[in-house]
Amino acid sequence: MTLRERLREKISAAFYRHGLLCASYPVPIILFTSASILTCCYPLLRLPLPGTGPVEFTTGVRDYSVPSHEPQGDLGERPDWYRGPPVAYIQQVLVKASVSPWDSSLVPVDVFRSPLGRAFSLLEEIRNHVHSDGSGVRSLETLCLQVTDLFPGLRRMQSVLPEHGCLLVSPGNYWQNQRELFDLDPDLLKTIQKHEPKGLHTSATLRDLLFGVPGKYTGVSHYNRKRVVTYTITVVLSSYDARFLGSLRGRLKQLHPSANCSLRDDHMVHVHFKEEIGIAELIPLVTTYIILFAYIYFSTRKIDMVKSKWGLALAAVVTVLSSLLMSVGLCTLFGLTPTLNGGEIFPYLVVVIGLENVLVLTKSVVSTPVDLEVKLRIAQGLSNESWSIMKNMATELCIILIGYFTLVPAIQEFCLFAVVGLVSDFFLQMFFFTTVLSIDIRRMELADLNRRLPAEAGLPPPKPGPLRIREVPPPPRPSPHTITLQTPAFRNLRLPKRLRVVYFLARTRLAQRIIMVGTVIWIGILVYTDPAGIRTYLAAQVSEQSPLGDPGGGGLAPHLGVAPVFRGGDPTSALSIHPPPDPTPVPENQSQGHHGAAQAGPLPQASPPAVPQITWGAEDEEGWRRLSFRHWPSLFSYYNITLAKRYISILPVIPVTVHLSPQEAIETRHPQDTRHPPPSIPKVSADLQTDLTLYKVAALGLAAGVLLVLLLFCLYRVLCPRNYGQNGVAHGRRRRGDLPCDDYGYSPPVSEISPLLLRGHSMDIECLASDGMLLASCCLAGQIRVWDTQTGDCLTVIPNEGPMCGWDGGYGAAESGLLGPETLGPACEEEGGGGYPLRRRTAPTWPTLFNDQPDLTPLIDTNFASQPPSHLCTPPRHGFDFGGLVERAYMEHEAPSPSAYPSPSSASSSPASAAGTQAAADGESSVWALELRGNLIAAGRSSGKLELWDAVEGSLRCVNEDGGSGITALAFLNNRIVAARLNGSLDFFTVEINKPLGLLQYRGAPGRGSVPPSPCYSSEDVISCQLTRSVQCAHQKPITVLRAAAGRVVTGSQDHTVRVYRLEDSCCLFTLQGHSGGITAIYIDQTMVLASGGQDGAICLWDVLTGSRVSHVYGHRGDVTSLVCTISCVISSGLDDLICIWDRSTGIKLYSIQQEVGCGASLGVISESLLVTGGQGCVSFWDLNFGDLLQTVYLGQSSDGQGVRQLLVLDNAAIICDFGSELSLVYVPSVLEKLD
Amino acid sequence: MPRLEEHCWSCSCETKHSSGANWLASKAEEMMSIITSVLRNAYGSLHDVRAANLIRRGLVLFTVGAFLALVLNLLQIQRHVTLFPEEVMTTLFSSAWWIPPCCGTGAAVVGLLYPCLDSHLGEPHKFKREWASVMRCIAVFVGINHASVKLDFDNNVQLSLTLAALSLGLWWTFDRSRSGFGLGITTAVLATVFTQLLVYNGVYQYTSPDFLYVRSWLPCIFFSGGVTVGNIGRQLAMVMSKPHLILSVK
Repeated sequence: MTLRERLREKISAAFYRHGLLCASYPVPIILFTSASILTCCYPLLRLPLPGTGPVEFTTGVRDYSVPSHEPQGDLGERPDWYRGPPVAYIQQVLVKASVSPWDSSLVPVDVFRSPLGRAFSLLEEIRNHVHSDGSGVRSLETLCLQVTDLFPGLRRMQSVLPEHGCLLVSPGNYWQNQRELFDLDPDLLKTIQKHEPKGLHTSATLRDLLFGVPGKYTGVSHYNRKRVVTYTITVVLSSYDARFLGSLRGRLKQLHPSANCSLRDDHMVHVHFKEEIGIAELIPLVTTYIILFAYIYFSTRKIDMVKSKWGLALAAVVTVLSSLLMSVGLCTLFGLTPTLNGGEIFPYLVVVIGLENVLVLTKSVVSTPVDLEVKLRIAQGLSNESWSIMKNMATELCIILIGYFTLVPAIQEFCLFAVVGLVSDFFLQMFFFTTVLSIDIRRMELADLNRRLPAEAGLPPPKPGPLRIREVPPPPRPSPHTITLQTPAFRNLRLPKRLRVVYFLARTRLAQRIIMVGTVIWIGILVYTDPAGIRTYLAAQVSEQSPLGDPGGGGLAPHLGVAPVFRGGDPTSALSIHPPPDPTPVPENQSQGHHGAAQAGPLPQASPPAVPQITWGAEDEEGWRRLSFRHWPSLFSYYNITLAKRYISILPVIPVTVHLSPQEAIETRHPQDTRHPPPSIPKVSADLQTDLTLYKVAALGLAAGVLLVLLLFCLYRVLCPRNYGQNGVAHGRRRRGDLPCDDYGYSPPVSEISPLLLRGHSMDIECLASDGMLLASCCLAGQIRVWDTQTGDCLTVIPNEGPMCGWDGGYGAAESGLLGPETLGPACEEEGGGGYPLRRRTAPTWPTLFNDQPDLTPLIDTNFASQPPSHLCTPPRHGFDFGGLVERAYMEHEAPSPSAYPSPSSASSSPASAAGTQAAADGESSVWALELRGNLIAAGRSSGKLELWDAVEGSLRCVNEDGGSGITALAFLNNRIVAARLNGSLDFFTVEINKPLGLLQYRGAPGRGSVPPSPCYSSEDVISCQLTRSVQCAHQKPITVLRAAAGRVVTGSQDHTVRVYRLEDSCCLFTLQGHSGGITAIYIDQTMVLASGGQDGAICLWDVLTGSRVSHVYGHRGDVTSLVCTISCVISSGLDDLICIWDRSTGIKLYSIQQEVGCGASLGVISESLLVTGGQGCVSFWDLNFGDLLQTVYLGQSSDGQGVRQLLVLDNAAIICDFGSELSLVYVPSVLEKLD
Repeated sequence: MPRLEEHCWSCSCETKHSSGANWLASKAEEMMSIITSVLRNAYGSLHDVRAANLIRRGLVLFTVGAFLALVLNLLQIQRHVTLFPEEVMTTLFSSAWWIPPCCGTGAAVVGLLYPCLDSHLGEPHKFKREWASVMRCIAVFVGINHASVKLDFDNNVQLSLTLAALSLGLWWTFDRSRSGFGLGITTAVLATVFTQLLVYNGVYQYTSPDFLYVRSWLPCIFFSGGVTVGNIGRQLAMVMSKPHLILSVK
């Protein structure tokens, strides 16, 4: 035992114990896992929330010095971005100007024209300010931030923003800082408005940039009641010079003293900006996320065979996500701060960690035997996959370790996260997911067992009653030949995905609701953010009507701005939140507000106070806070300077109060100003305008919402043309309960597959054989009928009575009367000598119509009928009535007896089958196996006779009575017939045709271009059947299955072995051992693929050339009832009503289909991807690629309880299935063209 | 600088590019005639399932290739902090218009070649044939591109080696077939030679070429792109080759 194997065993054992533990104590383990997840995620709380909002840090002005680049350990409060010089220093000069005293001769324009005009002189003052002291002469030019040119593409800003020189921004920029232009401007507001962007805007507007205060606080409008104009002159400095700034501040204060100003000027605020994500970055990010979701979708849809698919998928996703969170949390805990952009690397981390393990676990657990206990299943599933899981994890860890040694910091960090994520993912898989899986499996077990118990009890006679009742959601079939889906129970899983999604959407009306909610939110946002909308309106109302009055009129301002994260305790800012309102201005404002509200109508001129009061409140101290947080980044980005990951320092504002006399205001008037209408009308129109805008917005939003809903409605109608909840046109006449619709009330469209019923047999069909053109069937009464598979006509009837009677004493009267005993008798008696010429019969009843039928096609193996019918019996009646038992019964009794007749009908008490049994007993021998090649029907009887009949004429051509034991299976290939007998011997016969060569006719069968024309037996020929070799003890026990293809004959027996013979020389090539039960199903085809299934539920794939076993899988709990292979997969059905689809090359189970009880015994493959199964009175078509149920075709009305036991797929894509005493021919039209 | 940057986009798409404008025009004409003839043939034989199948696969691959080219190209264009949405849109479409179609065509060719080669060699690709794996492959490919743009390496050689290892890992994880490796190498070589020609003719240029005229990691990107597109192509071929049944519900 190598180290590797020992290791493997140890790991497997450990996983087994772990699985037991998890399945035994699910709840404590889930609690423990949740607790550990939360613990590991706890450090995440300390991380700053992701966002692009700026961060602030406040320092004092007096002892300010430019921070060094090196991080200094002593300053704990200092954020880590506060290093090095800032991008710029911002010095704002906040100007509040008013015309005082106000008199009635002034027009509204005077409120802001002359105050704005003062900006030019102030600008001059600032530009020309020179500070000289011992160290030299400094002017603004030397200190300010020199800008070169505007960002290309901002042509419309060119006239407004400074293009070179100092970055100095003021409202004067509207007029190129030239007083003359300002004076000549007839309409200032229009000029200002001209540059405003249209529509909804989120970033800073030009007006905000130039005025330096939010638009509504500027007071530049006709309706400014307080008559105070506020604006700033913003100076951007590249270096800090305390003395220059001090002298500037002093100078301005001296020129324009602010009487009651108590603004603090000892703090400067540093604002750090984060990187903003633009659309250009967002698109790749969104793409990766879409790919991620597609990956998750495609992964989780593979989860199958569990109780709650969605629940497990959710658990899988939760596992991966929380393992990622845990990894970030743990890394943070150990001092590693993430520097990578989390959102960017997140999808890759998920992809690296992957969902594969989870899926592998699920698959492994699900594929364990269902009858085991839950915890054993979990443990077994875990230990099965333990080695691969450990191997994968070790490989991934190795790869990541290699990545770690690239020594690139970004990769190293990624790898570190990935390692921790992998480990925590493993932990979560083992504890969280396994436990969830065990809970799920347990739930399924219960449900499954409940459903399955009657079938497992296996007591056939008393069961049918309750079983029938329980099954009874009687498949509603309004008309016999319509196609409906099956009962809802297992259709849920089988619907196509897109339909399921659409149904889900339709059922929950999710789309409508989301869009409705979205519309409402959107309208809300629209109304709220509209500049002329409800917000300003509300703010104005509040400020007007609040009895205390709001100094500055901007009560909402601090709260509306983006609340910055405030770092470093700032006493002043804390204080400034509760500013002691000046006692004097408050009553002033109050009265003013009351006046405004009360006398808004006719005479507003009289109401305002004579002297507009200029007040300085705390909010002016940091007025920039009211601006958009994109204000500064926008300003700098115009000059191609990015503030991302950098910071600026904002110096305390310099307050400037300007009082202008009315004369001054009148002097600066433009001639057109007076032409403006008196303010009373604009006052009214202002409200009106606001209201109108509001209404407009509301109406627009409403219209858009209605439009959206209508659009959605149309879309919905297009997607779901079938109206649900009410009967559509197509089903108007049916009652709701009868609708063949699914849970959601949708009815599938009815398409046009209708089975063709072939009636004629009086009893249940026993054997079926076909060669593509003709179909031979034999019923319990022993009657053989030959049908044309193209048209469904009955060509020949070979009654049983004649031969039956005849066997006793040579030949019966009826038969001898027809055939003439003198010819037939010797022929049959001397058939050991063989080749005795049969005289051509001249009986007029059977004209020689079809003497040119094609012969056997060695390429196609259609000897379904050679299988004893017992294998195809329906379990609902005989829960355990599989072929093995019957065969055993045969072996015990040795002689066939009616009671052991291997038909399910015989056990039932129906009179017909009883009669049939009686008839069979009378006739002493019944047909057990039937084969059809060309014109010849080979029938093997229970008495051991092999008969060859002419299919067209219905005449007996040859009889061989060499063997004494009943023929259980027949194979007819080329000109050889192989018969397997009940005693385990195998007889090889040769059919010899003595015919003149000239009569040999060739004919290509229509619709079968690829099959070479084969010679056919004509009725002129003399046919003899000669026993060439008899293998006496081919098997120790009865042979149950016989298949022949590709020159090989394969037999399966009760003695657990499969033997392969060569057809030519009857030589046994291999004895294949591997099953632990009797063989029940064998498949071999022209490509030498051999598959066998046994009573142990195992399926073996063999290599026919070498006799070695290719794979061995356990798929069923009970017998494998039938096996079919396609090029890529193996399909098996078992007594457990499961159809399993296996990958042929790897032997991995792809998926399985749970059928209704008693359904899945017969299988057929029409094309590579179309599977047909027989059910209770119906056949179902499945898409092999996805396991979706395509259609179910009901065979007839009276089909309750009648199962399809045999199913034959013909070359022309027709399906023959037996159906009680009838045969059903179902054409699948659309498959024909796919067969190329 | 911005203009230069715009010129210096490095193509990450998995295919060839056409060179100079004149040449491009003539080539495009030729291509158009070929395409129209192909389309006519295809239309004529639309009932032929295989041709229709081929065209559908080609279209899907073309779309995927063009989309990936657009996105990854955007990833590689050095961005500015954008201000106005209209400018972002201009950035998005400012790069030469012919990149996405070219990459799409290349993707279609490579993606159709892979299953074709598989069937000719007679070794159908069975390894991890499922959509989840394909999605994972695409994600890793985008990740490699992302890494080539975002990572700061000391020198180009280190970056190239890392990316080469990553692309080999991609092949090993998702493909593991000799034909896939060979075709990937071929794609990489051809596409690199093509880009060399393009740059030589001055259609565009790279910021710091270290492998003749192009960046040395370009072949790795082409290789992983070839493998990825081949993966998609194979999956499509597998999924679409199954007969579509008229009888399936709706």
